[in-house]
Amino acid sequence: MSFKSAVITFPGSNCDRDALCYLQDLTKGVVYNIWHEEASLPQVDLVILPGGFSFGDYLRSGAMASKSKIINDVIKHANDDRYLLGICNGFQILTEIGLLEGALIQNKNLKFLGKNCFIKKKFKNNFNLSIKEDQVLQIPVAHNEGNFYCDNETLKSLKNNEQIAFEYCKGEFSNSEENINGSIEAIAGITNKKKNILGMMPHPERAYSDFHPSQDGKLIIESLIT
Amino acid sequence: MRIKILIRLKSQILEPQGKVIEQSLNNLGFNEFHNIRQGKLIELDLPDNLSKEEKDQKIDSACKKLLVNDIIEEYEVLG
Repeated sequence: MSFKSAVITFPGSNCDRDALCYLQDLTKGVVYNIWHEEASLPQVDLVILPGGFSFGDYLRSGAMASKSKIINDVIKHANDDRYLLGICNGFQILTEIGLLEGALIQNKNLKFLGKNCFIKKKFKNNFNLSIKEDQVLQIPVAHNEGNFYCDNETLKSLKNNEQIAFEYCKGEFSNSEENINGSIEAIAGITNKKKNILGMMPHPERAYSDFHPSQDGKLIIESLIT
Repeated sequence: MRIKILIRLKSQILEPQGKVIEQSLNNLGFNEFHNIRQGKLIELDLPDNLSKEEKDQKIDSACKKLLVNDIIEEYEVLG
């Protein structure tokens, strides 16, 4: 059975096209592009909420998109235990919907970060099965609000339930930093308790093709389809 | 009636813009300005014939549903 997926486009999304190509190339299955005003989603195995600046990041990043018409069906899709991946702005939208815990606030150094960064997996889930323990992935980030915040109680629960999927780490560049944006415990991506929803700030869809400097982003889709 | 809602980051959350503003003010000689934090103000109109309870309930509901993220922010209705 072929793997079906969908990418939601909001006004201001700018990584939706990359996400579509990423899914088309790696899943070889049907990929739908869904406008945020649609009322329903087709039955798919994976939905991606892409990166960008949905609704101009007005009020708070992801706040407006989290109230879009399509979101009711995105929640239903996730409640049916199917996969949901929020990348960058998509991660911010997932926290604003409340499907993932915590919030993403402004980077500690106030800078927009657009560069390659290094991450490794923390706890195992279906999105990182193909990644080895301590394997360092090189995946780009491009964000201004990527500083993951949650209170101590939530942090404890994220750890107890093994919901931390990825953390930033040092990589091969001499100027690479352990924690690029000030996130609590260098968190780069988390899942929900059932581990069918992943939100991450780095962009795996910018690290899969031969023309990308790294192909490590492939491992996320490979984890889901194998 | 005109409503003003002040939204700010909770005190335990780092507010880097305030830090930079403070630095700039200090550089301009305003050395006694400390602990600067930046927030946001939302102004809106509500019909005058609403009771206080209706008004409070509507504002509270709008803040919880959209205007405020209570994980990181708190709000206060001014005046």
